[in-house]
Formats: sequence, structure tokens, C-alpha cells
Amino acid sequence: MSAPPADRNAEGNFLGAALRHPAFIAGLVLTLLFVGAALLSYLWTPYDPTRLDIAAKLQTPTSGHWFGTDHFGRDIFSMLMVGARVSIAVAIIAVGIGVSLGVPLGLYAAAHRGSLLDEVVMRGNDLIFAFPSLLLAILITAVFGPGAVNAIIAIGIFNIPVFARLSRGAALSLWTREFVLAARVAGKGRARISVEHILPNLMNLLIVQGTIQFSLAVLAEAALAYVGLGAQPPLPSWGRMLADAQTFISLAPHLALFPGLAIVLTVLGLNLLGDGLRDLHDPRLRRART
Amino acid sequence: MTNFKTVTATVSAVALILGLATMPSLAAQTDITVGMQLEPPNLDPTGGAAAAIDEVVYANVFEGLTRFTADGEVVPALAESWDISEDGLTYTFHLRDGVTFHDGSSFDAEDVKFSIDRARAEDSTNAQKALFADIQSVEAVDAQTVKITLSQPNGLFLFNMAWGDAVIVAPETADTLATDPVGTGPFAFATWTKGDSVALEKYAEYWGEAPRLDKVTFKFIPDPTAAFAAVMAGDVDAYPNFPAPENLEQFKADPRFTVIVGSTEGETILAMNNKKAPLDDIKIRQAISHAIDRQAIIDGALFGYGTPIGTHFAPHNPDYVDLTGQSAHDPEMARKLLDEAGVSDLTLSLKLPPPAYARRGGEIIAAQLKEVGITAEITNVEWAQWLEDVFKAKNFDLTIVSHTEPMDIGIYARDDYYFQYADADFKAILEELNKTTDPANRSELLGKAQRKIADDAVNAYLFQLPRTGVANAKIMGLWPNAPTQANDMTAVYWVD
Repeated sequence: MSAPPADRNAEGNFLGAALRHPAFIAGLVLTLLFVGAALLSYLWTPYDPTRLDIAAKLQTPTSGHWFGTDHFGRDIFSMLMVGARVSIAVAIIAVGIGVSLGVPLGLYAAAHRGSLLDEVVMRGNDLIFAFPSLLLAILITAVFGPGAVNAIIAIGIFNIPVFARLSRGAALSLWTREFVLAARVAGKGRARISVEHILPNLMNLLIVQGTIQFSLAVLAEAALAYVGLGAQPPLPSWGRMLADAQTFISLAPHLALFPGLAIVLTVLGLNLLGDGLRDLHDPRLRRART
Repeated sequence: MTNFKTVTATVSAVALILGLATMPSLAAQTDITVGMQLEPPNLDPTGGAAAAIDEVVYANVFEGLTRFTADGEVVPALAESWDISEDGLTYTFHLRDGVTFHDGSSFDAEDVKFSIDRARAEDSTNAQKALFADIQSVEAVDAQTVKITLSQPNGLFLFNMAWGDAVIVAPETADTLATDPVGTGPFAFATWTKGDSVALEKYAEYWGEAPRLDKVTFKFIPDPTAAFAAVMAGDVDAYPNFPAPENLEQFKADPRFTVIVGSTEGETILAMNNKKAPLDDIKIRQAISHAIDRQAIIDGALFGYGTPIGTHFAPHNPDYVDLTGQSAHDPEMARKLLDEAGVSDLTLSLKLPPPAYARRGGEIIAAQLKEVGITAEITNVEWAQWLEDVFKAKNFDLTIVSHTEPMDIGIYARDDYYFQYADADFKAILEELNKTTDPANRSELLGKAQRKIADDAVNAYLFQLPRTGVANAKIMGLWPNAPTQANDMTAVYWVD
């Protein structure tokens, strides 16, 4: 086993600690609800979310339509379920892009600290960071055309510097640790140390950051869809549902209420989950609690 | 004691002022704030295509030889009367006496000659140069008489001269009209606060019946939600072209407001790219026409306001032929036609410009096409992108747009027009129509033209765009319909 057993003996306490962490539990429940709805939508939705029924438009919530119907008579509950799927798909892939490109860049930069490539990678990251993220996402989708795929790419690009910095910063401190020194003495190369010793110790950090980035990606997807640059109709999208609801706000407030709540609760859930994971993984905080 | 007196005096003075301020005015209000969705890019109707220009200045600031009335009739304006020669080639206009421009200069035949020659000149920036295409010469016979000679008879000539693009301007001010419009109308331009409003003031020397309003302010509120709030709060007194039909029910229920429902010249169509496979096959175009349920679109996208059309012609026009039955909603027939054409799993692009009728209508049409097995891939585009991509580059299969120019069936005869119909037989009908001045013959030819484009299923004809407006219930005299792009304030007044 190459990775040092930093917290191995604490693993057993993890579950117990998690159960005593109410914010973590709340976050987990909300997130599972959101993921569950998205998964369930592949098998079943109360109605076809793209089927229009003009005669039944703008109905308030009833037993037939739990969250009512929108201005085309589509079932809002079904649209939210499929919309969750879009949000998750966009967020997973976007965060995936960030992790798969950002982490190697960060590790490489840390392993070759002070080299030209370190400078290039980190200044490149600064460049992306310097732009307000949503503005650049809008720029990308405006240039390459609106659509779910371009939204994913746009959001993904913003996740690269986040993960690159995070992993570089954390990796730098790990490079000074004894077990890395031992590995170097044993003759392992920089790349091999990065993969075998540094990366496993970054995992907790990456999971926490990933959860938070995931919530930001959900929010970014909704924002892009709101301005018409996300998933295109008829594919339901939470952001567009909100945008469509805008002029109906005084006539049928439930049109805005439900997608708004869906976004708020999902982002809240992911943030609580992220915070909870951070607390649970932080040995100092855990010790302070027990 | 003195102190006490001062205080009482102040209090009563304040009370008096407050009382005066809140006292209901005895006379009816003479100023009005009119809401519009878009701000005009400039204020020169002879040098810009934007509808918003005419919506501010037409009939208010500028007048032409003829003009449109509220119901679309062409009546004398600056020309009091006219004579038309036997061969239909010479129009002699007798101009009105005592007309002055807002800068005080007088109006005469030279101004007419200048304006028309300017509009039809080679380097003219007029957006509707086609209106003047048949003019061979303009001659100022004397100060009150203008003779216009045409190269070929044009049955629409007086109609053409009523357009906002054909208004009469003075040579001295022609170059600065964009920011400082000077016309002959009942209102003179006062101020333009960019991004907010344009204000007009009553012109005291107006030749005709004086308007009853002293001041008109056009306020630009692009966002439908903000427009709703502005009307509700009384910040604007009238919003003649209200962008969110879904809010009209609330205005209807409120006694403070009247909802004005009229029609426009906007034939709203699902345009098809006639030269692009597979839409070059008439069977597929017919199938699409039959797949569409017009009433569902009107109910879903326009909340029931709007009249179905079966061809590219306004239903309120006496020459309109109702051909909606020919392309009635019939999914079974649509599927059969697609089978006959030998296509299955058809995927077409559907590009939608920003107006709600297009965005909402597009979603409904996509769902209706899905019923017969056609996948419409929706892309929402901005106007600039639509003009570039669809209108100019013709890079589209389907798009939804409202053609708001009056009497614009002639676009089907244009070779390079974006839906690329260019049919020789249709062009022949139009050519004959242009040469015909006899009303009965014109009627017949217009019917023929309407049937031809319906038979060929050039586009899917959806509905006549309604004009839904809202105004304070005490305002009278607003145009219910939009025979041209205008907010004519001449006859508008407040009642108590």
C-alpha cells in the first residue's frame, strides 16, 4: 500500500460522526431526493413533460397535477423531474471536465514548482479566473450557439482553474512531507509520486470541492437556461421554466415557485453536503467535536 | 403668542398647498404617456426601417401626401385632392394651403418634389425604396400643385404615398431629422431622453383640426413584466401594443383600464425554405401545413387573441379569401402525405426570433409536428442573428415570423426572398396586378394570388397577429388596429 494511512483508523467513526451531523444529513437527503427524481424520470414521470394540453393550461396544483400545469398545459412536476436530469447531466460532466483537466494540471504544476510550465499553467488559470464566470459562459454559448452541450463546455472550463489551484496548493504542502521524501529516496519519479502518493491524499479535498462545484454548476446551468443559452426547448430546464414563468408571475405564481424552489433546495442540499463532508474529513474539527 | 400664530399660519398654508395639490383637477388631463416596447434608433421615418420610428412620428410629427386612417383607408393629408390621368400614369396633387413646418417655414410643391426625389434617389437611405420604384418624374407645377408621372400604372400608388417612409420633409432640415425631426404634423418634437422617452408638444400653427392633447410622451419599456408594472402603477397611461397577452385578463378585470383588441397587418407564418431539400417537395410542405393546429397556437401562444389565416393576406381586407379549410388540422392526412413523399424520421431546424408569438408558437408547433413524426429542432435566436442567418443567409428549414407590412403578398414574387418561392406563375399574377387599376379586376387578381400560394403550400399560414393594447379607461380615440406602424395621437383625448 503506497498511500500513507493518514486517517485510516478514523474510518470507522465516519458513519457515527456523519449521523451526528444534522447539516450533512439534511444535505444528503436533499441531494438524494434530487438525484432520485432525475433517475426516476428515466423510468416514470406522471405525464409526458413535452406533451402540450392547451385546454388545461395554468392549472393550480391539484391531485391530477401535483405542481399544476404551465402556460402550455404541461405538467410542472414531470418537467421538474426531467429538468433535474438535465441539471445533473450538465453538472456532472462540467465538474468532470474541471477535475479531469484541472487536477493533472495542478499536480504537474506542484511537481515542477517554479518551472516555466508551472508559471504558464497558473497564469492561464488566473486569466480564466479574472473573468466573471457566468459572463464567459454566456460568451462561449453566444459564440458557439445555445444548447446543453455548449453550456456543459462553458461551465466545465470554469471548473478547470478551481481544481488546478486547489490541487496545486494542497500538493505543494504534501511535497514537503516525510512520506513523499521517503518515496523520493526510494527512487520514484515526480509523476509517479504525484499519482501514487499525492493524489490519494487529495481525494477528500477534491470530493468536498467537487460537491460545492456541483452546486455552482447547477446554478450556472439554470442561469444560462434563464437567459436562453442552456438546453433548448422542448427539453425542460429549470432555468427556462423560471424565465417562461416571469410574465405569468401575477397570474400564476406557481409557475415560478416550483422551479425556483427546486433550484434553491438542490443548491442548498449540495452546499450542506459539501460543508458536511468537509467537517467530517477535517481531523481538527472532528477532534474538536468529540 | 406670536410663535403660535406663525405655526398656525404655516400649518394652514401647508394644508392649503396640500389641498390644492390633491384636489381633483377640474379640466380633463391634456398630457399622455404612451408605453412602447422598443426605442427607435432614430426619428427619421424616411431613413430607417425600424417600426418604432413610425410608431412615434407617423401622423404626429410627419405627414405625407396621403395618409392611413385608423381603419386602413387612404385619405388626403397634405394633398387636398388629386386628379389621375386616363392612362393611370400621371397624378396631379393639389396641395393644402397654409401648411407650415414646425420650424416656421412654409410648405409648398418644392418640398414635395424634394422629399420624393430624395427618397427615390440612387443613394437614398429610404427603407422602402420599392414604394417609389414606378415614379418617373416629379414636377412642381406651381406652389400648390405637384405632378407625378409614373413609368407604368400602379394601382397602389396612393396607398404607397401614405406610408411613413413617404412623408414630406423640408430641404433645410432633411439632414438632421434623425435627432431633430421637423414635420408638418399636429405635434412638434420636444425632447428625446435616450434610453427613456421621446416627448412631443402640440404645434399651435397646425393646419388641420388642433389636437386635444398638449403633450405626448412615448416611454420605452422593453420588458413585459416592467410594462405590466408601469401600467398598473399608472406610470404610463396607455400601452397600445402590449407585449404580454397573458396579463390582459387582469387589466380586463380592473375598471381603471380598457383592453383594446384589434388586428395588425402582421400575417404570421411558419416560413419554409422552399429550395432546401426536403422542403422543396410540395407534399412535405402540405404535410407540415396539415400537421398544424392553428387554434391551439392562438390559444397557447396568444391567449386566444388572433385570427387564423389560410394564405398570406389580412382577414380584415375586403379582398381576403378564407382558405384555412384547405390546410385544416389533419394529422392523418399529414402522415399520409409524408408516406407518399417517401420520408420517415424527418428532422428539421426551427429557428425562433424573440417575440413571444414565435418562441411560444414554436414550442407548440414542434409538439404538433412530433405528432406526425417530424422532429423540429428548436434554436432560439436574437433578431440580429435571425436577420443574418435566416433572412440573409437562408440557413434554416423552418422559422416563425410575422410580416407586418401592409399588403405585402408581393414578397412571394421576390426571387431572393428568404423562403425562396420564386414561382414564375405567381410572378406573372403579380405583374398583372401591378398594372391593373380597376378595383374589380384587382380583387380578382388578389384572390388568384392568395389561392396560388395556398395551393403551393409555400409556407404554413398561421394567424393574423392581433394588436392587444391596454389604456386608462378615461382615454378615448386610440387606434384599435394597426393598418400601419403608428400611434396616431391626433384624435386622442381624456374624459372625466
